[in-house]
Amino acid sequence: MSLRSPLGRVLGLGSARGGSSHWYTQRVTAVALVLLTLWLVVSLASLAGASYQQVTGWLRWPLNSALALLLVVVGAWHAVLGLQVVVEDYVADKGTRVVVLTAIKFGFVVAAVVGVLAVLRIAFGVAA
Amino acid sequence: MAQRERPLSPFLHYRWQYTNTLSILHRITGVLLSLGFFVLVYWLAAAAGGPQRYADAVALLGSLPLQLVLFGVVFAFCYHLLNGVRHLFFDMGRGFELATARKSARFTSIGAVVLALVVWFVLRGSLGGIA
Repeated sequence: MSLRSPLGRVLGLGSARGGSSHWYTQRVTAVALVLLTLWLVVSLASLAGASYQQVTGWLRWPLNSALALLLVVVGAWHAVLGLQVVVEDYVADKGTRVVVLTAIKFGFVVAAVVGVLAVLRIAFGVAA
Repeated sequence: MAQRERPLSPFLHYRWQYTNTLSILHRITGVLLSLGFFVLVYWLAAAAGGPQRYADAVALLGSLPLQLVLFGVVFAFCYHLLNGVRHLFFDMGRGFELATARKSARFTSIGAVVLALVVWFVLRGSLGGIA
């Protein structure tokens, strides 16, 4: 007799915790970050010694704003997924684990929103 | 049926191999990069806060303790990037042959140090250092 529910079997979701989508998302965000971080490194290299106006001017260009937004969102996403695996492996106590995982998610969502707002503010020219 | 006592943490009992070190380094550098993410957001927020805030942030990032942190983040980035690509090949079922795995391990470890030095040298002018 299987303990899996008929719905779970039909959807092929295994333990119903979405393990494969976690694994897959981790890889997709990894590939995206290879490209996004290379863009960041090349951009920062071109901005060496740049003035404040040059930095905001660079970030205001639509393609740069878009890639910066994606870097912030995808970076936070990848970090949360990765830290989750580390915490799940090394924090044995289930209560502590839930608290730590929730704190990590809150921290990264706040940081990501701050990052997105900062980029938008520059992109729409609110900042000088 | 009697349950055998099984080790709950087999990774603590295996004999050391280079693979252990590379694997745990991938996690450690990942955690470091997670902290680096907050530096990136701080830099963006400072830029959005106006010229004075931005100048203060660049000065802070240029201070010695923060420069050490930034170098750590740069190295973590280079290692995590190279070893991450190595893992993506593993995920596709490639590179598991002992000789290949050893070669890619050597490439990743030496490459990370070299790449970190190159990136640091190139980025010094925009990470708060002297242009």
